This record gives sequence, C-alpha cells and structure tokens, in this order.
Amino acid sequence: MDQVESVVAQIQGLSSSVSDVSALHNYLKQVDEVLHAESTGLLPFLDQLDPSKHSLGYLYFLEACTSGPVPVTNEQASVLALMIARFISSCAAEQIRLAPDKFIAVCKRFKDQVLLLGAPLRGVAPMLTAIRKLQSSTEHLTTLHPEFLLLCLLAKSYKTGLSILEDSIFEVDQPRDIFLYCYYGGMICIGHKCFQKALELLHNVVTAPMSTINAIAVEAYKKYILVSLIHNGQFSTSLPKYASSTAQRNLKNFCQPYVELANCYVNGKITELEVYVQANRDKFESDSNLGLVKQVVSSMYKQNIQRLTQTYLTLSLQDIANTVQLNSPKEAEMHVLQMIQDGEIYATINQKDGMVRFLEDPEQYKTCQMIERIDSSIQRIMSLSKKLMGMDELMSCDPLYLTKAGRERQRFDFDDFDSVPQKFNT
Amino acid sequence: MAGEDDSSNPMMEEMLYANGGDELSSSSSSSSSRKNRPIISGEQLDIEAYAGLYSGRTKIMRLVFIADHCDNVGMQTEALRMAYDEIKRGENTQLFREVVKKIDGRLGPDYGMDNVWSESIDRKAELRKEKLESELNSYRTNLIKESIRMGYNDFGEFYYAHGALGEAFKSFVRTRDYCTTSKHIIQMCLSAILVSIEMGQFTHVANYVSKAEQTPEAVEPSTVGKLRCAAGLAYLEAKKYKLAARKFLEVGPDLGNSYSDVIAPQDVATYGGLCALASFDRMELKNKVIDNINFRNFLELVPELRELINDFYSSHYASCLEYLGNLKQNLLLDIHLHDHVEMLYDQIRNKALIQYTLPFVSVDMRMMADAFKTSVSGLEKELEALITDDQIQARIDSHNKILYARHADQRNATFQRVLQTGGEFDQDVRSMLLRANLLKHEYNLRNSRKL
Repeated sequence: MDQVESVVAQIQGLSSSVSDVSALHNYLKQVDEVLHAESTGLLPFLDQLDPSKHSLGYLYFLEACTSGPVPVTNEQASVLALMIARFISSCAAEQIRLAPDKFIAVCKRFKDQVLLLGAPLRGVAPMLTAIRKLQSSTEHLTTLHPEFLLLCLLAKSYKTGLSILEDSIFEVDQPRDIFLYCYYGGMICIGHKCFQKALELLHNVVTAPMSTINAIAVEAYKKYILVSLIHNGQFSTSLPKYASSTAQRNLKNFCQPYVELANCYVNGKITELEVYVQANRDKFESDSNLGLVKQVVSSMYKQNIQRLTQTYLTLSLQDIANTVQLNSPKEAEMHVLQMIQDGEIYATINQKDGMVRFLEDPEQYKTCQMIERIDSSIQRIMSLSKKLMGMDELMSCDPLYLTKAGRERQRFDFDDFDSVPQKFNT
Repeated sequence: MAGEDDSSNPMMEEMLYANGGDELSSSSSSSSSRKNRPIISGEQLDIEAYAGLYSGRTKIMRLVFIADHCDNVGMQTEALRMAYDEIKRGENTQLFREVVKKIDGRLGPDYGMDNVWSESIDRKAELRKEKLESELNSYRTNLIKESIRMGYNDFGEFYYAHGALGEAFKSFVRTRDYCTTSKHIIQMCLSAILVSIEMGQFTHVANYVSKAEQTPEAVEPSTVGKLRCAAGLAYLEAKKYKLAARKFLEVGPDLGNSYSDVIAPQDVATYGGLCALASFDRMELKNKVIDNINFRNFLELVPELRELINDFYSSHYASCLEYLGNLKQNLLLDIHLHDHVEMLYDQIRNKALIQYTLPFVSVDMRMMADAFKTSVSGLEKELEALITDDQIQARIDSHNKILYARHADQRNATFQRVLQTGGEFDQDVRSMLLRANLLKHEYNLRNSRKL
C-alpha cells in the first residue's frame, strides 16, 4: 500500500509539464506490475487524483483496477461505467495518447460494462469522445471505431454513427479494425437507408487485401449483394481485379443463395423472385438478412417502374400494375406516389383518368446551390488528387519498395537499371 | 418498273424468258412466270421447278431437307420421289438407303429398296477405288507432280460422288502440294469449298475462299462470282448478315447457272436482298442494292423480293411486310436460310419500325399500327422493347397513343455525367488509398515479424 501511495505522490508531482509527463510515463511503466498486483485495493486512491490534470496516472490506475475480476452486481458495474465515462470526458488528450494501449483496454472494458448493463445507449456518447481524443487526425482509424459503431448499432442510434462514418479513413492500425469498421458502418448506413455509402463501405471490406478468407468478409459480401440489388437493381458477380485473389476465388462459394438471388432478380420476374425467397427463407433468416431480402423484393417494383419512365410519357395505373405485376391500380398508385416522394422518379398522377404522366428531371443545373455543389466536389477531388500524388511520391522514396522494385527490375533489364536502389540494398 | 426490266443483262434474259416483256405488276407476273421463280412465290412451293435450279448433291440434299421440314404430306412424298430418282442417277448408295427409309414404302413398289442396283454400284465402286489406288501409286513412284495431282483429284471426286465427304475433302486438300499453277490452286479451292459447304463446315469455306482470292493471277469472272457466293454463305452461316449481304451484292452477272451445284441465282437475290434489308441503312440500301445494276439482274429473278425492297425503301411497310409474310413459308424450306429466317425477319421489322419513327417529332400510333398491320397494343410492346434497347429515342404517350421523339438535352446530360464521374472518382481514389495503406501495413507487419 505504501508503494501505491508513493506512486500517487509521483503522479501528483509530475503531471504539469510535457517533460514531466514523459518522465512519469517511464516511471509508471516500471510500477505497472505493482499496480496490477494491488488491483483490488486501488479504487479509493482514485479519489486523490484529478482525471483532467493527472490523466496519465489516472489511466494507469483505472486500467489496473478494471483488469481484475468483473464486478458481480449491476450496481458495481454501473458505478464503474460511470467512473470511466467521467474519466473519458474529462481526461487530457495529450496525456492519454502516450499510452494508447491502456486507454483502449479501459474503453473496451467500458463497452463490456455497458453491454452487461444492457444499456448500450449509455456508451455511445463517451465512446465518441474517446475516439476523438485518441485519434491523431480524422483520417486515423483507431481500434475504438468498430467498438463505437457496434454500440451505435445495438443502441439503434444510427445518426450518431453516421457522424463518424463521414470522415474518410486512410490510416489503419490493425487490418481487423478496418474490416469490422466497414462492416458495422455498412450496417449503420443500411439502417439509415444511405445505400450508396453502405455499398462503398461493404465494397471496401470485400476488396480489402486478405490472405485468407474471413467471416467478416463473407457476411459483408452477402450484404453487398443485397444492397447493390436494392440500390442499383443489378449485381455483377465478378469482383474488380484489384480484389485479392482469395476473395475472388472463395467468396462466391460461401454466398451461393445470395448469388442465385441476384441471378433470379435479373430476370425481372417478381413471382419467381418471391418463390425463390420463400424457398430459401431459412437461410436468409439464419443470416439475419431476411429484412434486407424483403427490401430487395420490393425494390424490384421500383426498378420496373423506373424502367417505364424511360419508355413512356403517360401510362395508366392499370397498365403500370399489369407490367410491374402489382395486384391493383391502387397499389401501383401507392408505389408511384412513394417514388415521387422519394425523388426517385418525376411524375404526376391524374386521379380522374387514372393516368400517370412521367416528366423529365426538372434539374436545370443553373441554380447557385448546384454550382456550389459542383465547386465543393471539385475542391474535394483536388485535395484527393493531391493526397494521391503525395502518396505516390512517398512510395517512390520508400526504401522497402525500392529494394523490391530494384531487385525485380534488375532481373529483367540491366541497362535500364539505375544505381539508386542499389544504395538501399546494403 | 417496266422500264427497269429492259436494262437487264442479255445473259440473264435467257433465264428470264417469261418476264422479259411483261407488265410487271407483281401479282400478274407471279402467276405467269411462276415456273421460273418457284422459291419465292406466295403459294406452295413448286418442288419440281425448284429442284430444276440445282444439280448434283445439293439438289438431293435440298429435296431431302424439304421433305424433313415440310408438314404437307404431298410435298414430302413429291420431294422424296424426286430425290430418289436423282440418287439413282448417281452413285451414292448410303444416301440412297437413307432416302428409301424416309419414303417408307409410301410411293409404291417402284420406290423401294433396290438391292441389285446398290450392290452393283458398290461393287463398281470397289473396283474403281482399286484402280485409282494403283494408278496413284504408280504416279507417286514416278514422281510426276501433275499426275499425282490428278490422281488425288480423281479420288476426291470419287469419294464425293459416293458421299464420303470427309475423305473427299482430304483428297482435294492433298492436291494442294502438287499444284503448279494458280489455276490448279483455284480448282483445289473450289473443290474444297464445294465439299465443305455440303459438310456444313463453313469455317473451311471462308478459309479456302480467302486462299483462292489470294492467288496472284486474274481469276475468271464466273469463278469470282462463285467465290463471292461461297463467302456470302459462310458469313450468313456465321450470322454476319451485313458482310454476307455485301458478298452477295458483289456477285457479278457472269455467275448464271454455273454454280448450280451450290446456289441458284435466285438464291443470291434472296439471300443478298434479305441480309441487306436486315443490316443496311437507307443510304447503303439505295446505293448498293437498288442502284446496283448487277444485282438488279438477280432481283429480276425474284420480283417479289425486288418489290419488297422497293416498298421498304419507299416506306410502304405494310405491303413490304405482307410480301415477307408470304415468302416466309417457302424460305423456311431453304437449306441455308431456314435457320436465319426468324432473325432476319425480326431485324427487318425492327428496322422498319425505327425508320418509320425517325423523321417525326410525334407519331400517331394508330396510324403506325395500320401501316404495320398490327394492333396498337402490339405495336406499343414492340416499341417499348426498341426504346428499352435504346434503338429508338422516343417516349410513348400511352394515354393518347402518340409516340414523341425525345431530344436529349446535352447540357443536362453532361452535367449529370460530370457529377457522376466525379463521385465515382472520389470513391475509387478513397478506397484505393485505403487499400494501399492496408497493403503497406501488411508488408510492414511481415517485415517486423521477420526481424
């Protein structure tokens, strides 16, 4: 116990300046084992520390406490969760970034506690704060991202989840993080009906480099098939050539019912599709994708109606119902109305004659908003291009790359070989 | 119309004796000169006249084909009877047995299995084969190139006459090594083409046509015609209708009846005309078909086809389609065309529909349906399919039954495309950067593991 007291004293003394904090960090690493040994009795000492000033020390104490056995009662769990939540909201970002492992461990424990309490919503806000404090830039994917998205999913607070998905991610600590992040992110977007974004995220999972097939990719591919049917009305079974060969070879075999669903969809026969879905209901249900499959079925009506807008100027509701295989003109009217409301087609319904008049897209690309939108797109793409160039330059200076490229080039062509890579060979 | 007839080539006139001077309203001419152009009449096929156009093996095969594909029992037996007679004149016992089996005693005892005949033919064939073999062997030991070539050629003809097409083809091709002049080469090619057509091996046909065309010396005009016919058939078989049409249209009037063991001049007109209708645009149709003096001579042999091409060009689609409908039954009995009739007809019809709508801003679909002899709802379906395929830029006003041409707003379309491309680029680059980072990460990971 005396030792712990001296640690507390050290923390209190060495938390003001940057150099002090790094000295403290070294010291804490040495006493980490001691703290872990004393984990059960540490809680009272926490009161002597201020989470905002002595963040690093507080973090070490907290990590040591929580690494011990799990609190048995709900009450204890609740107290612990509250404490961690307070710490997350008040801690100093510079200090905790010194020990990201500890911080992540604490946050994960926090997530477990919240889930144990059956109140994922309680974890959402603190977790978001934790991510913002931990990440060095918005392009940085931390291990906490997927945890946060999982909480969002469970708490059904998709909007909060979207806020983090808007940042584009380029830097990744662990490949597993990106798989989970994109998969959960895709599900959140599906929940929010942002199918475009969901498709993008799921696409990232499916095409991510992988040496062995993994369950996340398989599940993502299933959803990818469904979402691309809903959003685009089509699905190409071949993956782009930059996808890993593992994915290209194996993914389809794991998702046979879904690939067949896509084939069935292409035929455009709603009854066939419904029969197929009924026949394979169990499989979809056990994957808990049945809801999405149902959306696929109803999207077929939309696709068919959309196709009609390309060929017809006016069409009676009865004819629409016939061609799209709906039961009654009334039903057709509801579908058309819904699509007009969602901005998917431009049309007016004349209820007197039961006619629908399809219009052209009224967008004239003349408004200020449109110009602003185009301008912002241009800006965004320019910055992306810059980033791409930067990356290219960085790559061409990377010693690892040059040794590899140099070696290969040597094999093919001696004359072309310049001396630069040789330097790195040594 | 009558004026055009006078310009026909004197060589052709011989064959055209019946319609040389008549006043060509097609209905009267079709009755007066049916004998001369049997394939194409709206009525039932006159098999005897049809068979008269051909000679050799193709005559038999065409008759057998008609018997196989015709529902009319009278025509079937008639065709088989003629095939039987024709085979008796030749030496093909294999084919003989097949035809007898098909006749199945329906034509009485005169058309039964003639074992005496076939055995004597087989015996003769055996002897002839031995003789040819010994001749060829002696030529080969003496190494006389020309004689060896002749020997193989005889062998080819022998096999061909007896229906062993594969062997015949091999023998004809073997003469190639002993060809000394380009005339020989041409002869070899023509023989190979003939056998390949009978075998249905149209890739060989195309090969040997190009070989024959590569010979340095000038080729006789009638041979050129034969080669073009063969090339046309090869393209037709490969469903390359435009190329087929061009080949048939290039056939010169010198062809005459000289290629009757493959194709009749009437066929050139039919095949060429239909392929041209299905694949050419208006300009090409006018320049290469209607204004083509050579081809006009062929068309005179099949006035219905000439009429329908003119109708098509002058946009009388109803009568054009009516002619086509009349011809269909008989075209389906053509050994080369029957597989393609449906497709060609569909293409011609679609072309007609597209051409009809092209000049208008709006089209009354009731009038259009009248012009195409179809119902408004049927027309609507057809138009819908064409619009979906992006072959007609128009939209249907189903309420008032009017078709409106659609003029794409280029400015809007450009904006739309720009935004879309931008979005795609954005997404691609982002996921590419991410992948690159992941790869780099993995690379580093592997390296750190090694250390």
